[in-house]
Amino acid sequence: MAEHILMKGNEAIAISAIRNGCDGYFGYPITPQSEIMETLMVEKPWETTGMVVLQAESETSSINMLYGGASCGKKVMTSSSSPGLSLMCEGLSYLAGAELPCVVVNVVRGGPGLGTIQPGQGDYFQACKGGGHGDYKMIVLAPSSAQEMYDFVDLGFDLAFKYLSPALILADGVVGQMMEKVELRPMKDRMSNEEIAQKYPWATTGKTPDRKQNVITSLALDAAVHERLNDKLQAKYKQMEEEDVRFETYMCEDAEHVIVAYGCMARICESTIDQARAEGIKLGLLRPITLFPFPTKEIQRLTPQLKTIMSVELSAGQMIEDIRLAVNGQIPVNFFGRLGGIVPSPEEVYEAFKKEINK
Amino acid sequence: MDVKDIIKPENKVYSKTSVLTDNVMHYCPGCSHGTVHKLIAEVIDEMGIQDKTIGISPVGCSVFAYNYLDIDWQQAAHGRAPALATATARLFPDKYVFTYQGDGDLASIGTAEIMHACNRGENIVVIFINNAIYGMTGGQMAPTTLMGMKTATSPYGRCEELHGKPLKITELISQLEGTCYVTRQSVQSAAAARKTKRAIRKAFENCSQKKGTSFVEVVSACNSGWKLSPVKANEWMVENMFPNYPLGDLKDR
Amino acid sequence: MALRGAIVVDTEKCKGCSVCLVNCPTNTIALAKEVNSKGYNYAYMANPESCTGCSNCATVCPDTCITVYRVKV
Repeated sequence: MAEHILMKGNEAIAISAIRNGCDGYFGYPITPQSEIMETLMVEKPWETTGMVVLQAESETSSINMLYGGASCGKKVMTSSSSPGLSLMCEGLSYLAGAELPCVVVNVVRGGPGLGTIQPGQGDYFQACKGGGHGDYKMIVLAPSSAQEMYDFVDLGFDLAFKYLSPALILADGVVGQMMEKVELRPMKDRMSNEEIAQKYPWATTGKTPDRKQNVITSLALDAAVHERLNDKLQAKYKQMEEEDVRFETYMCEDAEHVIVAYGCMARICESTIDQARAEGIKLGLLRPITLFPFPTKEIQRLTPQLKTIMSVELSAGQMIEDIRLAVNGQIPVNFFGRLGGIVPSPEEVYEAFKKEINK
Repeated sequence: MDVKDIIKPENKVYSKTSVLTDNVMHYCPGCSHGTVHKLIAEVIDEMGIQDKTIGISPVGCSVFAYNYLDIDWQQAAHGRAPALATATARLFPDKYVFTYQGDGDLASIGTAEIMHACNRGENIVVIFINNAIYGMTGGQMAPTTLMGMKTATSPYGRCEELHGKPLKITELISQLEGTCYVTRQSVQSAAAARKTKRAIRKAFENCSQKKGTSFVEVVSACNSGWKLSPVKANEWMVENMFPNYPLGDLKDR
Repeated sequence: MALRGAIVVDTEKCKGCSVCLVNCPTNTIALAKEVNSKGYNYAYMANPESCTGCSNCATVCPDTCITVYRVKV
């Protein structure tokens, strides 16, 4: 029987990294995610799996340590919270440009600036629209439970290596801090250096006489070469949209109204749906699991049966822009959000929903 | 004896190492980068570690170092090479990992990364090219620009009020516990180049003995940035750079 | 016994920087009047009989375009 352990979402990230063959974690302390590195330091995986854990001097350094580690074909990850992610945007752009796989966890807090250590979802644009410079995207996974925090580390690495692209786990303070039962999946071994050299022939494993040198770079001064590199990236993002959209629906089959919410807000909105249903209102929930690629097609599939759709966020209206693009003006797109780290109750969401549909 | 009798394979005493590629370097005539590239390539060749060496190139003129040394390379963001090297050396503890960085990269935008990598004693080699100027962007003032020196962003000469004094980063680095070998060399003459090669060799050997960070500064000339001929630039370097950046070992243990 | 040397310059790679010239202890090298395809006056062995094959020129050459030969006579 599978082993279940009660743990925080942040701890689940750490335990999952060790159990899923992660080669290296490089991080810098910041609330509300410091338990990730603290748990790793307590677990001492370098004595068991051989995983490297290092506290870097800054988020700028940790993301660049990922660039180095990923260049070696290793499974490397970091975690931080909003202000730290802002510092990492430079590195993420380089990782995307150099086509390097890695997993980055953002346990989002309230912003802008130093903001608050309470939960938030205000980093949606930063995560889904690039964040750093240039035309790039990342896989963005939005967990809404401690179990998903655990599972998305492995899924994140799978997708990062499938596309040779950074994968971001966009969590929030609630999901990071809450304790839940987590099922530990079977252990996965780390890859040996020989396996890496064979499986990832692009990696900087040392130039042997039988192959050309490997160079990891995002630089291409020749305009034609650089356009080709960009076209390749765009083709990859298109493929992500075709093959790796993930979402969950709750009571959407007969729904006349749908709430779209992710992360902790999706958990809260489930209760809102139940309340609406108890009153005979046909309300459903769409929970994007991948924020990029966004479940545009599912929203388009649902739109003809809907009277309204509503984005519920812990931000000032960011995801709503992707919903509007999907709906393309066919039905009203409503919005409810709280800022400053305030997490609304299901009742508050329900009141806001009713107010909008009765306008 | 006729020249054609001398030029025979059995009489060859010096030729290009195969670790250097056949690409023509993009550097300006007389640039120190080319000489230092060659010395590193020769050390890699002589130690037989081409398949175990991973270079980290910076942003700056030497961003294209990977076109000239036939080894695996990672090209880093500006100043971040020591962070890449840290992860690479820790994940591949049996490889030889070196960064190649200029003064803008290492001593300005990348001070945090180089300080902490050296302080942790990462088992890496750092090659630091100090020519007191930003070469690639067109000759702007660097942290190591000398007092009074005219650059594109100090057109009336570096003055203390406006810019502060030159940063003696290598002296700072030598204070850090993690460094095992800190030296300052140059390549304007054959004797100096041979000394620099010995220093680079020692740094790579320290790596195999896992002694910590080895730091080799090469005081270099940027004749285009300094607006001098290659030969005059080397003379100016000896006259003006060496008093501020004296050659020799700062630390060897 | 004396040492006789000779150098071969890759004239296409040479950028005529003259660093080899000033490092030659026997004034063997000079810049050619002719230029290569890039327009550089390349280095050449102007006084072949004075070369000792010491390799100083090749050691300081930033573009590694000098090969050195030496014999004992």
